[in-house]
Amino acid sequence: MFSTLDFSVIPLALPAIFKGLAFSLELTLIAMIGGVILGTLLALARLSGGKWLGRAAKFYVDIMRSIPLLMMILWFFFLIPLLTGQPIGQEKSAIITFTLFQAAFYSEIMRAGIQSIPRGQVNAALAIGMTYWQSMGHVILPQAFRNMVPVLLTQTFVLFQDTSLVYAIGATDLLKAAENAGMLYGRTVEMYLFVSLIYFAICFALSMLVKYMNKRIAIIR
Amino acid sequence: MNYHWNWNVFFQTIPSGDETYLAWIIHGLGWTVSISLAAWVIALVLGSVMGTLRTVPNTGLRLIGHAWVEFFRNVPLLMQLFIWFFVVPEMLPRDWGMWVKQDMPAKEFITAFVALGLFTSARVAEQVRAGIQALPRGQRNAGLAIGFTQAQTYRYVILPMAFRIIIPPLTSEFMNAFKNSGVAYTVGVWELIFVSRQMVEETGGQVIESLIVPTVLYILCAYAANQLMAVIDRRAHVPGFIVAK
Repeated sequence: MFSTLDFSVIPLALPAIFKGLAFSLELTLIAMIGGVILGTLLALARLSGGKWLGRAAKFYVDIMRSIPLLMMILWFFFLIPLLTGQPIGQEKSAIITFTLFQAAFYSEIMRAGIQSIPRGQVNAALAIGMTYWQSMGHVILPQAFRNMVPVLLTQTFVLFQDTSLVYAIGATDLLKAAENAGMLYGRTVEMYLFVSLIYFAICFALSMLVKYMNKRIAIIR
Repeated sequence: MNYHWNWNVFFQTIPSGDETYLAWIIHGLGWTVSISLAAWVIALVLGSVMGTLRTVPNTGLRLIGHAWVEFFRNVPLLMQLFIWFFVVPEMLPRDWGMWVKQDMPAKEFITAFVALGLFTSARVAEQVRAGIQALPRGQRNAGLAIGFTQAQTYRYVILPMAFRIIIPPLTSEFMNAFKNSGVAYTVGVWELIFVSRQMVEETGGQVIESLIVPTVLYILCAYAANQLMAVIDRRAHVPGFIVAK
């Protein structure tokens, strides 16, 4: 039982654990920023009214959303070296995969956000002489983004948890770091318990933030 | 890109036996479907109970439901699977732990679907709670006013309505169960991801063939789940009630 547990290895493993945590957070942050930007462009493409552009964006989003992330991680990891002729490493492969994958999910959120803004605002912006990009950049997107902040954060919560799946290609994230340290010191059980606490603390804080944002941000219509 | 396609790879036998890769993939599909469906049963039963508990008047029961959801939602699925597989057996009394580690039949499969089921149950619970809370307050009051007990009100008034209006969000959770089942490969279940990775390694470069067939099978599984739920939704649909996702 618990008496056989030895948590004294945790201080020894801390530097390695922090390094893993740093990668998990870095991956989350890059994939979030890249995903939101790419996702917004995808959403604009879908709402542009252009037949082929809209279809292409929809196809991309549908494909990404119907394939398991774990499978996607493997695809990119094995396919990028085939296309470029050289391996790019687990970490880079993970970053590319997550950004492209999350973009599909963020794009659905941004699409809903853009659609939550009354059409009259686009017309008004165009009527005062703004170009399409000006009307989007100054009028529609800032409001759409603001309305969707809680939902975007919820998606980021999912994204952060999903970063643990880079285990499949051996990138050293928080979970993998725990496994490595556990094997090094022969204390796998303690390491897993410790790291699940870290995951819990971060995710719990994020979900509290989402709740707070939900109360603060009333949807403007 | 210099890629040598070789679809015949599926009719080669695997190094460790006399099965073909095609047969292996079909077995893998079997495990994927079994894990997902078994997990879905757990998720639906426990998720319904916990989601309902979150809406009852009793504070203690509400707290249990709340704690359940927070506990299973705030740790990544893969981490939870490792906890069940590597940590929990060590926490059991010695004899039980030894039995789990050495003698328990199909322990990889059972651990995998239980872990996936519990993880999914927290998400189902949230949908059930949202469904119950989306009902007009008057329905509960009406139930109580005609002399139903709290339990009867849930059984005959609230839950039949709530379940019918949350079928669309439950559909995506059902599909997620299939998509998430791949983590089972990490504890050694020979499901689709496992087979796919193994094929990439063993066939010496038939990467695309090895990945594309399992990928298509995953899409078909998710599509089948979607269609099944669509049939149920068509029959159970309540006109005029929509729960926002």
